[in-house]
Amino acid sequence: MSDQTRRIDIDVPVLSRVEGEGALEVHAAGGRITDLKLRIFEPPRMFERFLEGRGYHEVADAVARICGICPVAYQMSAVQALESIFGVEPGDWVRAMRRVFYCGEWIQSHALHIHLLALPDFFGYDSALAMAADYPGEVRRGMRLQALGNELMALFGARAVHPVGARVGGFHHAPKAADVADLRGRLEAAIPEAEALARWAAGFDLPDNGQEFPCLALRNGADYPMNRGRIAASTGLDVPVAEFADHVTEEQVPHSTAFHARLDGEPYLVGPLARLNINADVLPAATRALLADTGPALPSTNPFHSLLARALEIHAALVEAVRLLGDYRVPERPYAEVAPRAGTGYGATEAPRGVLWHRYETDDAGRVTAARIVPPTAQNQARMEEDLRLSLEARGLDAPDDELRFLGERVIRNYDPCISCATHFLDLTVHRR
Amino acid sequence: MGKAGDEAKPRVAVHKFSSCDGCQLAFLDLGEDLVRLAELVDFVHFAEAGPVDPEAETDIAFVEGSISTPGEAERIKRIRANTRYLVPIGACATSGGIQALRNLHDGKQWLADVYPSPEYVESLATSTGIADNVTVDYQLWGCPVNGRQVLAAVRALLWGVDPVPERDKVCMECKRAGHVCVLVSRGQPCLGPVTVTGCGALCPAFGRDCYGCYGPAENPNPDALGRRFEGLGLMREDVARRFHFIHSHREPLHGAGLRWGGGGGRGP
Ligand code: SF4
Ligand code: SF4
Repeated sequence: MSDQTRRIDIDVPVLSRVEGEGALEVHAAGGRITDLKLRIFEPPRMFERFLEGRGYHEVADAVARICGICPVAYQMSAVQALESIFGVEPGDWVRAMRRVFYCGEWIQSHALHIHLLALPDFFGYDSALAMAADYPGEVRRGMRLQALGNELMALFGARAVHPVGARVGGFHHAPKAADVADLRGRLEAAIPEAEALARWAAGFDLPDNGQEFPCLALRNGADYPMNRGRIAASTGLDVPVAEFADHVTEEQVPHSTAFHARLDGEPYLVGPLARLNINADVLPAATRALLADTGPALPSTNPFHSLLARALEIHAALVEAVRLLGDYRVPERPYAEVAPRAGTGYGATEAPRGVLWHRYETDDAGRVTAARIVPPTAQNQARMEEDLRLSLEARGLDAPDDELRFLGERVIRNYDPCISCATHFLDLTVHRR
Repeated sequence: MGKAGDEAKPRVAVHKFSSCDGCQLAFLDLGEDLVRLAELVDFVHFAEAGPVDPEAETDIAFVEGSISTPGEAERIKRIRANTRYLVPIGACATSGGIQALRNLHDGKQWLADVYPSPEYVESLATSTGIADNVTVDYQLWGCPVNGRQVLAAVRALLWGVDPVPERDKVCMECKRAGHVCVLVSRGQPCLGPVTVTGCGALCPAFGRDCYGCYGPAENPNPDALGRRFEGLGLMREDVARRFHFIHSHREPLHGAGLRWGGGGGRGP
């Protein structure tokens, strides 16, 4: 009896604790997976299409709506692309404050993912709220970090979801020095909390999940990438942002549900672990020291190290924000003037979930004539499916269905897939079997 | 959630349709208050937070997102049938959201432009609010809604504490707060005079024009404002795009945008 003949069908109709809606179908026979589909229910919202005809100054407010969890990333990739068309140099103040703004989003998004979405998997709860009863200190610490990230976003954007402060050229508004000083003090006080979180996460018992996969991230060689760098990959790839699409191809796959992106033909990883693997040498010194204590040894080939990578990135983001706000001054004007012109421009920044690439064409008046957006979750999609295959087969397909289902869900959640933020994920009509 | 003895607690669901997930964050960003809320109510379905039971009977079903696929049009009917109160939250759920811009164009053609194989994609030509599809009990405007709004709705519906619906225009809140008017002093095309408040007049506080994310106020006069914008130097198509943005599918912004020349052909 046997594995030879046993057929399992794992069907998880609605994935819990992911942003957006997805489902997993696995079919196996004879100890091998015969079919594996990570289906994404996310209906297309067609942003790329309705951006056409919009003025350049409307783009930041529009693209924020692609994802409520990482609106800053969308705004930052967009303004960067548009500024490159118009030849705008936003200056040091804007560059530094954009990095701080981005730190807020990393802290918020990573804290949300670790505590509300991922942790219950490690401790066997079905939700963080259930877990809060037994681990009140840890869950509350996570919520405090999340709230602090939100506050930092609101400092520059008036609110954390779809902030209103960003514009092409810089910011609409510079925060008051007193508000900056107050928040900076609280960010500094939170650094030990982030350190404690990373040390705690380093002790989790992880599935041993060594896998070979290329990593891709921005890299500039000077600081840990958020909104500046070339496209770098563990394959040796090192190209300007404009050449991203020469190496990353997206295809619509009928048997799956999303555009699958491949790096020179292969599935690849973006996101916190990819960034850490490629950029650990340029982490802030304090975070580097913490990494030396907590591990993992880099480059890590275990995707489950992503949670620890997120914790380390929360630490790095706090340290960076505190440093950059240290000599804060209110500038004469928080933005550079913009004179629109026709052209094509590219922008890439590191969203919490990985590289987010935009390309725009504009006319003389600065109206968008074409837009293309490649979000991180679409890039990770092929890698997620590969990881699922490897992880489930490594566990052994003779394991009970419940266990396989749980492992599958856990593997997916580990990528923090933000399905809404995929501008062109598909809802599929064709379902085999 | 879902411990023994929960039977007596009000049952609450948070459903997602076509959206950015931003309105659900009004719950997930509550911090301590979320933990407390979870003690008072039983979240029977809230996929992003953990519990999954989309067909459960509920007292309140909050719905984020718009109806933009045939499957969603079916699913919302079942949710309606299973809940006492149905509460759409946010611009997507109340008026189709930013993705309702497709309603002004040829939605099917758009699909074909974005997807090489549009036949795999099941999508309606339009994106509409929940109330266009089923009866609703109470609506929360905003893109996004905030924690204050959702907590007030829970209190109102379950414990009879009357929520104070926002009726003022952003303009009034802005003036009360003493902000410098960006329309008068900087000539920016601010939508504050036609937009309902609830946001806290965030945009003018930041020295920029309101772009209407909370939707139209009662009795607004968008055409008069459009003429004012024209006087500031905006072209008719620019005025139309101001009206056709986050709440393009909702009157009177929808009609005003059309009168100002939006919605025809490719792009306004
Ligand atoms: S209303 Fe706005 S914030 Fe809410 S889900 Fe829709 S796009 Fe996101
Ligand atoms: S800034 Fe806008 S909302 Fe404020 S008073 Fe002027 S027009 Fe009204």
